[in-house]
Amino acid sequence: MNSSQLLGITTLAYLLSAILYIAIFVFRAKKLGLFATVITACAFLINTAGIALRWQESYQAGIGYAPLSNMYESLVFFAWAIAIFYLGLEWKYKNRILGAFSMPFACLSMAYASLSPQFGKEIKPLIPALQSNWLIAHVITCFVGYAAFAVASGMGIMYLIKDRKTNEAPGSLLASLPELKVIDDIIHKTLVFGFLWLTAGIITGAVWANSAWGTYWSWDPKETWSLITWFVYAATLHARFTRGWGGRRIAWLAVLGFLSVIFTYYGVNFLLSGLHSYGGGS
Amino acid sequence: MKKTENMVWRFFASVRLALFSLLILATTSIIGTLIPQKNPPEFYIEAFGQRTAQLFQMLDVPNMYNSWWFISLLLLFSVNLIVCTIDRLPNVWKMVVMNNLDTDPERLEKMPHRQEFHARGDAAALTKIATGLLAKNGWKAQGETKPTGSSLLFSQKLAWSRLGVYAVHLSILVIFAGAIIGSLLGFKAGVMIPEGSATDTVYETGTEKPIPLGFTVKCDDFNVSFYADGTTPKEFRSNLSILENGKTIIDKRSIIVNDPLDYKGITFYQSSYEPMQGFNVVITNKATKVRQSFQIPFGQKISWPEGGIDFGVINQEARSRMGDVNRLKVWFSDGQGDPSIFWMDNNASQTISSPTATYEFEASQVYATGLQVAKDPGVWTVYAGCALMLIGLYVAFFLSHRRVWVYIVREEAADRCRILVCGASSKNKIAFEKEFAALVECFTHDSTLQNA
Repeated sequence: MNSSQLLGITTLAYLLSAILYIAIFVFRAKKLGLFATVITACAFLINTAGIALRWQESYQAGIGYAPLSNMYESLVFFAWAIAIFYLGLEWKYKNRILGAFSMPFACLSMAYASLSPQFGKEIKPLIPALQSNWLIAHVITCFVGYAAFAVASGMGIMYLIKDRKTNEAPGSLLASLPELKVIDDIIHKTLVFGFLWLTAGIITGAVWANSAWGTYWSWDPKETWSLITWFVYAATLHARFTRGWGGRRIAWLAVLGFLSVIFTYYGVNFLLSGLHSYGGGS
Repeated sequence: MKKTENMVWRFFASVRLALFSLLILATTSIIGTLIPQKNPPEFYIEAFGQRTAQLFQMLDVPNMYNSWWFISLLLLFSVNLIVCTIDRLPNVWKMVVMNNLDTDPERLEKMPHRQEFHARGDAAALTKIATGLLAKNGWKAQGETKPTGSSLLFSQKLAWSRLGVYAVHLSILVIFAGAIIGSLLGFKAGVMIPEGSATDTVYETGTEKPIPLGFTVKCDDFNVSFYADGTTPKEFRSNLSILENGKTIIDKRSIIVNDPLDYKGITFYQSSYEPMQGFNVVITNKATKVRQSFQIPFGQKISWPEGGIDFGVINQEARSRMGDVNRLKVWFSDGQGDPSIFWMDNNASQTISSPTATYEFEASQVYATGLQVAKDPGVWTVYAGCALMLIGLYVAFFLSHRRVWVYIVREEAADRCRILVCGASSKNKIAFEKEFAALVECFTHDSTLQNA
């Protein structure tokens, strides 16, 4: 058993988990609930084991680094962070419909990592700039934030779907979604959580850049886009805290913010050039 | 006049302006990620055409994050932060330090969370019981007896958490201050130092303006090592020495990427290297133990008369386009028998036998180390701002100012006391609802309060 196999199984398990949660929502198959949670928890554990094994393999290969250093590894960690964040959410809100709007992100992230021919999956040695403990702190803080934003955007989509047809009869598909007030509350809390981690991610990145290059901020595209994302969420939180925005507007902003996250994470690496090219495919 | 002043103040204190500046900063920042920054003017003419390039130069687009208009936006953002804070902080401060025992009983009746009880007994005794119940739930109460004979108890948690959001605002200003200190009093520069050489001058990044260090930095030695694949660099390592007034202050300190050397506020970062056309050679006569070092150019015959030896590097094999030598071909003669001609690895040694003697021949390519040199006295201010921001965000998001009051009034007509328990939270109402419910539960189950 090697880490690639474990992570391959993880992909399938997240796919199953996402399908189950969607089935619970679409077919109102509440009986599947516990099964879905168990599958998700197992998928998460396999994901964890996969990351741990890959870490160990890198030591066996004489390279020895935390598996958080390229696009493939970051996607695997992204899925991991989404899964644990979602499990926490399910535990807190005791609602499995949320899974139909969260776990597909974990599944997509793993599927993209596993299936895209663009990313090398082999464990490659780490160039000198990446040999730093700040790597671990930076990647973990960023991706915990990204995971929260992914879930927030899922909740935003859920809100917009539910809000589109408010006059659905009781017992209908949309009636099974949580109340708008509850979704709004989840979106808000998730955004707040993500914002704190994104801030920490930007700061750890700046400290690392300073220890490697002597400049904590150089306006390279990755840094700038992380700041743009930060501005978008900062504006969202201000609109809510001080102008009382809520509902549809915040739901849309949660989706917009996540698009900015995706561009920061993915778009910058493949569409723009800059210092931060480690996450690239090659 | 007063009115205009007031309007200007309102404008700068408004959240609308905050939203505007955040979104305009976000939008304009995109420009610099799409249009490559800090390239020479010809680049923009070629890529975008004469007219567009001219417009770019006019608006400072090639260096937009330092342009007058982008700095103005940051300034607008800062003024907004400052004015908004000055505008709101006094009221918030009042909330933090206010004496809540002065709260008007009328307002207590309208608190978002409240519960009423009735009990027999006099107000003083009931106040004592209520104080005990509050303490049991972690609420340390202060009390006051009103002139009317009623009494009021008050307790609060984390009043200062209301200041969290202002800590975040302040942190942004602290970070800006750190950045300004760095740009006024610091510099970013670079220098290439060949092995064995020293310099007391570095060159400013971008302008190449010479900057005297006030001391000398010497590169004793540089090494690059590769992973087993032969092409991925594993480590760049320079040994640097610092000399000042003829004295060696720091002797051969190793620096690698992510582990720089700091002296007198100037930091030297390992950033690049350049292979040079030459080799460091050490020859040892194994029998006599005579040993000599040379730094020799490529393709030239070198004589060492004391050792009776002529030698040279006559060919080399590069590892990469940069010109890193992987192997070198050596010509060596001590005048006895045929000269030795052999290939050897860079950074290795080779034993040479002639009819009369044996030699150890060590060779490594000469490198120049590329250092980034930075002086930034503002960096700790920036870090302090970052720490303040994280703490402030945590406080602003997750801690709330929670207050509870217990108001006890004697109702003579019914021969009992009315007890009003009420509370409010600055945020996170749902969590407070639970905390308040637990308190009310305690009051409900207290036997002495159930006798009315």
